[in-house]
Order: sequence, then structure tokens, then C-alpha cells
Amino acid sequence: MRNVYVVSGGVSKFTKARPDVTFQPMVKEAYDYILNDLGLTQPQAFELIDGTVCSYFSDHFARQLMAGIMVQDYLGLCPKPSFRVESGGATGGVCFQEAYKQVASGYLDVCLAYGFEKMSHVETWKGNEFIALASDQDFDYPVGGFYSGYYAMMVVRHMHEFGTTPEQLAKVSVKNHRNAFYNPYAQKRLKLTVQEVRDSPMVAYPLTRLDICVMSDGAAAVLLASEAGLEKLRQAGAQLAPAVQVAGIGRGTDAMRMADRPHQDFDQFFARNALPSEQTAETKAYYRELFERGTHYPGVHSFRAGRMASREAYRNAGLSEPLKELDFVELHDAYTSSEIQTYEDMGLCRYGEGGQFVDEGYPFLSGLDYGLELAHPGKLPVNPSGGLIACGHPVGATGLMQAVFALWQLQGTIKKHYGGDGTVQITQAKRGAIHSHAGTGTYVTVSILERK
Amino acid sequence: MIKKLPETLDGSVLFNVPLPADLAGLNELAPIIIKQHYAVDYLHTFGQDSPFFAGLANGKLLGTECPQCGYRYGTPKGHCTQCGARTRWFELPQEGQVHTFTVCYFGSEEFLPDCPFVLALIEWEGVNTLFLTRLLGVDPQAPSLDWVGMPVRARFRRNSKFKPTDVYFVPR
Ligand SMILES: [Zn+2]
Repeated sequence: MRNVYVVSGGVSKFTKARPDVTFQPMVKEAYDYILNDLGLTQPQAFELIDGTVCSYFSDHFARQLMAGIMVQDYLGLCPKPSFRVESGGATGGVCFQEAYKQVASGYLDVCLAYGFEKMSHVETWKGNEFIALASDQDFDYPVGGFYSGYYAMMVVRHMHEFGTTPEQLAKVSVKNHRNAFYNPYAQKRLKLTVQEVRDSPMVAYPLTRLDICVMSDGAAAVLLASEAGLEKLRQAGAQLAPAVQVAGIGRGTDAMRMADRPHQDFDQFFARNALPSEQTAETKAYYRELFERGTHYPGVHSFRAGRMASREAYRNAGLSEPLKELDFVELHDAYTSSEIQTYEDMGLCRYGEGGQFVDEGYPFLSGLDYGLELAHPGKLPVNPSGGLIACGHPVGATGLMQAVFALWQLQGTIKKHYGGDGTVQITQAKRGAIHSHAGTGTYVTVSILERK
Repeated sequence: MIKKLPETLDGSVLFNVPLPADLAGLNELAPIIIKQHYAVDYLHTFGQDSPFFAGLANGKLLGTECPQCGYRYGTPKGHCTQCGARTRWFELPQEGQVHTFTVCYFGSEEFLPDCPFVLALIEWEGVNTLFLTRLLGVDPQAPSLDWVGMPVRARFRRNSKFKPTDVYFVPR
């Protein structure tokens, strides 16, 4: 495997609806951002880019099969090699990893990953229906297909097992909306209180409207290159920021029907799913006690796919202590609840400690006033961009958007790309993780990015 | 007091719009947005899972179990995911417990008329996987974590619709 670098990235402004354009020009906005960032013309870029990977989630939202090739054409990238990936909510994360593989394998030296979603073609309730088509059509959808309902059932079990509270969920919403306040690409830039989150309309108990990400129109693109690719870009006069390497990737899966997922005992969990960072006598005893009180794994309270994706990514990147070795995480917070569940899957804390992780202030940015009493803000900032909850979730673009925001953090260029506001720039960020997640934790990707 | 009219997808049928004589300004023209209808009837098969729906029509809740490793499925699977063997059918108890639940106050278009409704996953002692269902007979305006673990029993529609909602659960 060759070293792979993230060279540049761009996003369109995420917004509720973009009736002014079809999907192709929206992707072009993200692509043009890259060209402008690198100081390349389109004909120059055409000579340099060896191929592309396209991501969009839903043929129903697009109401256009083969939309990927229409983007490839609009960007002027025909007849270069390309293909489309689709993996539910993790489509963007999978796209990033497939582009990585194109380069790592030696097939391409310079690869463009681009993704989009236009969700405004239908009303919200029809959109909910389209998304729920990504649940079992024989046994789950007809009972009341609604993803917010599925995630709500998962967090109710998390609350039952671990004592997680709606207030802890609300704090995640406060954090992510507040972080997005400084992100000009975000759809919802809000200063909220815990009370406002709890008082907003209940969608699926215990999740309110402000616990849940919104549908969005948007596009994102990322340019990846090998060392030879970097050299070619340099030769062509591209303005390259400090190199950021993809240090490792990981991916995991779980059953589509959460009802089908296993309820393993302590021994099975510890042998199959524990992280290297959890191999201490103290943590083993902690888990033994947890399982003796009745916890099984993963059940419906945890995302085994997220755990396995993290384990693989950490191994490939040579990480053993994610909490210490990562400087930030951009994770798939489609729901405030899934952000807390994901802290645990990624081993930022142990299973059962996600709520406390928030109360302690660990995932908040230090130096930002959230209107909350936080003992240790900034231990490991999570979603400094604002995440899906505040940026929006145009599915095929989302995982790539995370890569773009992570890249800017690692380059130290947030201020430049955020129109002069560097409030959420993490000082000396050296290593970050991006985490992309498909419905109820079916496909999950984790990729580690590192400043060289 | 209503201060904003709801947006709906009905309106006038329009067959023409004005086009400015000067083509130079056309890049600034507002987008034309139309309504497009889309509907399909599928011939859908339940395939190997068909006995489950026949069971519901006859007031029985069927799961599958693996003759090789003994894994028991609360929602049927034709083959065992643990060892790969073909499973066989067995009758699930009509009494179980709530593993987890939610109340949906909003949802997909198809289910909006049902809101608020309660979704629950049902667990059975000695069965390895769960079953998704509607829970009736509880107050959707007063959800409580105490509902987890609630003993419940199955009820069946008299006239089957050949959907998993032919069965639902109520408190015991
Ligand atoms: Zn078996």
C-alpha cells in the first residue's frame, strides 16, 4: 500500500433547498473550490486527475439513475475512470475510502472523490419515507418506517442500560449548533440552551427536533494523491498546503434489522469487540460488572459496526490510545444520541460512560462559551464543524464534508476557509478521525488523518 | 393564531411562462419548479418468509430456529446467520416483554395519520433476537422508561393485511 495524502477539499454551502441549480452545478461548486484552493485551471486539473469516485445515496431523492456520470460529464472529467458508491448514510465515508484505495493500490496517482444529495425534491415527510426505505421492507418499514423512531428506540435502551439522560443528549445539540455558529457552510448556526433543545417539538421520544439532523442540499469534494501525485501537482504549479496523510482506514457492518443483532455475553464481547485500549485489568473488571448487571452486546444500544471500524482504523494507523492520540473527531451525529453512542464505540470512553463524557465537557471546544458548566472542555473536541446536526446531512456529501473540515483543521487553515473566522480552529491539531455511519449502524467507516 | 399558510403540493396547471426578449439576463432567471408524480405497483414476494405471514393470518406468531446450533430467531431468518444451516419454524410465545420502545409524534408520509404511535421491540426468554411491533394500550402522551421490561401479549387482526402489523402487542 502506498502513502495517500489529502490535498484539498471543497464544499457547497449546505442549505434546505437549492432550486436554483440541478445537482451537477452544486458538485461543481465544491470542485471549483478545490481548483481555486490549488490555483489550477480546469484544463490543468483535467490533465492531473487520473480518475474519480462519486457518491450519492438515494436514487429516490435523485429520481435519476446514473446521476454520477452526469456529474462526471458536467465537471469535464469524461473519459476518465469513475464509479459510484452507495452505502446509506455512510456513502460519503465509503467514497472517501474507495478513493483512498484507488491511490493506495497504485491504480491512480490523483483521485477526486465527490458526492452530493438533493433532498429538497420532496417534502420532509416524504423524505422520511425515502430514508425509511433503507429499513427492512417486509418486517420493519410497514410497522411505522421512520429512522428517528429507530434511533429513539436505541437510545431508550441506552438510557435503560447506562442511565444516559435527555439533558446529556441536549448538551450535544448545544455544542454542535454552537460550533457551527462559526462555520459559514453550515445550515443551522444557532446559540441554544439545553432547555430550548428539550422544549422543541418532540419527534420520537426522547428525541426532539433539535436532537436530529436536517435534510439538506449540498455537495462536497476531496482530492487525494500519492507521493508521485503530489509531485505532479507541484510540477504543475499547484499551491499545496502542509501535507495531510490518510494514516489508516477501517470499516465495520451490522445487521439491517436491529432486532436481529446479537446479545453477546461478557466473554464474547471482550474477545471479539474490545479495543486494545480496553485491555487493562481495571476496564475488564468494569465491563464484567456491567455485563453482570444485565448488559449484552451490542444489542440495540450500541453500534458494533462503529466499534469494529474504529478498531481496524486504529490498528492500521498505529493508534492504541484514541483519547490521547487524537486531537479531534468529526463523527456522524445524525442524532445527538448516536454521537454519545459513538464516543463509546470509538473507545473515547467506555461503554456506559458516554453521557458522563459530555457532562465532563470532553467533546467541547475549549475557549468557547456554551453557556454550560464544563469541568474539562477541550479534552477531545468532537464535531468542531458542527457535525450533521448543524451543518446538515446531504447524505452523499456528508462523509466527504467531514474530510474537508478535518483537512482544514489539520492544515491549520480554518480561518482562511471560514471567511476569516478562526474561532473553532484547534491549535496544533496533528491527528483527527472522521466517522461515517449508515442507518442504525449498518455500515460504518472510520478514517484517520494526520498532519505530516 | 396562524401567521403562515402551509405549503401544499396542489395548485394551478400552467402551460406557458413569459421569456424575456433579452437573452443576456437568462442566467439570473428564477428556477422553474414543477410537480412530478411517481407511483408503482410491485409484485412483491415474501419468499422463504411467507409462512410468517400465513401464521399471522391464523393468529400465530412464528419464528425460526436453527436445528444445528439452536439459535432462535424472534423475526424469522431462512438460514442461520451463526452457522449457515437452513432453519425450521416454531411458534413464538404470545407473551413477551418490551425490550425498548419509542413514541413517534412525527414520521413518514404513509404513517402520519397514525401519529402518535408507539414502536416497540419485543423480547422473549430463550429467543436470541427481537421483533419490531406496534404497542397499543399505553398513553402515547406519557412515555416512561418504566415501559422497558413491561410484560405484553400479542393481539391479531381478524382480517389479515399480510403485513407485520397483522400482529401488535398490548400490556398483559
Ligand atoms: Zn445455527
